Amino acid sequence: MQSFTTLNSKLIKLLVDDIDTDQIIPARFLKTTDKLGLGQHLFSNWRYNEDGSENGDFALNQAAMKGRKVLLSGDNFGCGSSREHAPWALSAWGFRVIISTSFADIFRSNALKNGLLLVEVSKEHHKELTVADSDAEVHIDLSTRTLQLADKEPIEFPIDAFSKRCLADGLDQLGYLQSFQEAIEAYERGQ
Amino acid sequence: MNDASTPQTLFEKVWAAHVVAQEPDCPSVLYIDLHLIHEVTSPQAFAELATRGLKVRRPDRTVATMDHLTPTLPKKLAVLDESAKNLLDTLERNCEEHGIELFPWGSGSEGIVHVIGPELGATQPGKTIVCGDSHTATHGAFGALAFGIGTSEVGHVLATQCLLQERPKTLEVVLTGTPGPGVGAKDIILGLCAQIGIGGATGHVIEYRGEAIAALSMDERMTICNMSIEVGARAGMIAPDETTFAYLKGRPMAPKGGEWTAAVETWKELCTDAGATFDRTVHLDVSALEPMLTFGTNPGMGIGVSQSIPNPKDASSSSDVDALTKALHYMGLEASRPLVGQPIDVVFVGSCTNSRMQDLRDAASVMKGRKVAEGTRVLVVPGSAAIKREAEAEGLDHIFQDAGAEWREPGCSMCIAMNGDALEAGQYAVSTSNRNFEGRQGKGSRTFLASPLTAAAAAVTGQITDVRTLLGTDK
Repeated sequence: MQSFTTLNSKLIKLLVDDIDTDQIIPARFLKTTDKLGLGQHLFSNWRYNEDGSENGDFALNQAAMKGRKVLLSGDNFGCGSSREHAPWALSAWGFRVIISTSFADIFRSNALKNGLLLVEVSKEHHKELTVADSDAEVHIDLSTRTLQLADKEPIEFPIDAFSKRCLADGLDQLGYLQSFQEAIEAYERGQ
Repeated sequence: MNDASTPQTLFEKVWAAHVVAQEPDCPSVLYIDLHLIHEVTSPQAFAELATRGLKVRRPDRTVATMDHLTPTLPKKLAVLDESAKNLLDTLERNCEEHGIELFPWGSGSEGIVHVIGPELGATQPGKTIVCGDSHTATHGAFGALAFGIGTSEVGHVLATQCLLQERPKTLEVVLTGTPGPGVGAKDIILGLCAQIGIGGATGHVIEYRGEAIAALSMDERMTICNMSIEVGARAGMIAPDETTFAYLKGRPMAPKGGEWTAAVETWKELCTDAGATFDRTVHLDVSALEPMLTFGTNPGMGIGVSQSIPNPKDASSSSDVDALTKALHYMGLEASRPLVGQPIDVVFVGSCTNSRMQDLRDAASVMKGRKVAEGTRVLVVPGSAAIKREAEAEGLDHIFQDAGAEWREPGCSMCIAMNGDALEAGQYAVSTSNRNFEGRQGKGSRTFLASPLTAAAAAVTGQITDVRTLLGTDK
């Protein structure tokens, strides 16, 4: 897993509340046995027209947005299905950070397995980011848990110690679980 | 950790009984009793095990089924395409290689994962149950702690039978009153979705309590717990009682003989103690509910059948104005108009929410002796092979077919529209499934979520209809 330290990027704004995982990656693209190739289907129903051509109005299709790594979304991002294809698709497209006022639980857990940093901010700070110039750059520092718009005060965001460790050190969570083998065996004997 | 004298909630009891280890500043290592897997969210997990040279730790605690991609046309000939076939073959191969019990097509025990778990008696009170599917909360109807996980976590459970979990908060949903005619479990949960919104329970495990819950059958309790995820909850639970025990007794994987008696004694302890506290409480008086329908593009956008479609002008915040405007535009609906009379192209009765015997009986009670309206297509998809057999033994298949509905083989079908059963762009459906997200039932699909009764009313009238006008009247 790619580790996360700091990042400078301009924002892509997708200011819709309750973006569910069916929008992030529609179910018809889940018929795959690997994790690759999902970036092209990210937000497919919004990103492409009926005839398969790109919808020029959609943020991800605008030339100025290419290469940007931070998505500013509306509230309750990632609700709905448990499909991990959602963070796979977001990461494959190039996103490293999603900013919202809240995230759905399963999406949060899946994002952490894939090195995708979720930055939860207050409504006030969200508003500040929403009205920021579309070419404004943000600086995100995991070690200080801060996000900063140029010329603004840094915004602190919450992240628990374990999630921070996973992202900063690329901690292998399955490896961590396996280190409890003896405890697991003891638990099973006691059942 | 609580000592024995501290009052505990149902959730706290099940949680505490499954914590294997807990390091400071780390999530708990939580033991998983039952792992359900299906073809869509497991292949990458098995691939991860293969890369690491790991085995499945407890194949005996893993149960597999094929549901998302299952064709529902009779004779099972039409697997949608090569990629679907590849996923089904991959599951079969992985189960074979790791010694996991799979209930494939034709086994007689196949069906939707959240229907067959309870049906087999694999779902039991007090268990921790996970599946790579967000509707795993269904199993909480039995007093299990059951929740959906991602594919990486499917790999974690396959390899270690454990998960890393932050302890969620608790939310008590107290349901009081007696539902009126035409109002059932689906209306109750859609009522809750409308009341607290689709993010209303994020970070929480719900316990549904109160007289209105105690009165429900297991099929109805499963409908309610199933949609806990639609308010963002991690899980939904109901304390087991005599209704639960009666359902489980004699099921193939339920304890037998002396073990049954002992199990029931243990299960009776699984209730929230007097004096135990929840982080939050929500009340809902079910006697005030009408038959519910969604009008928008998430399950929280629901209204009673006699109400008008909300007007964005009346919304309380600018983000709500935007959300409503966007939803009504997608749905092609006009604000402030009634939903009743809206023409319907397709009716879908099925899904892990509403494909059990009581659901089919409800739908049949309205369709019996009536005909599907001209121009409306009706699919009835039982949740499992066992339900299909039972429904046919009761003659429900004839009621549906005589009315002009399609009686299908079991599977997820049009709820997620991955198997070829899908709406065409722009079509309107009344669906007993759980999600009305944009494109959920096929690209461009427009979904009204409702109960089996309300779905059947739409089937025979070709439009959204208050089912209460059809109950107890001559056909």
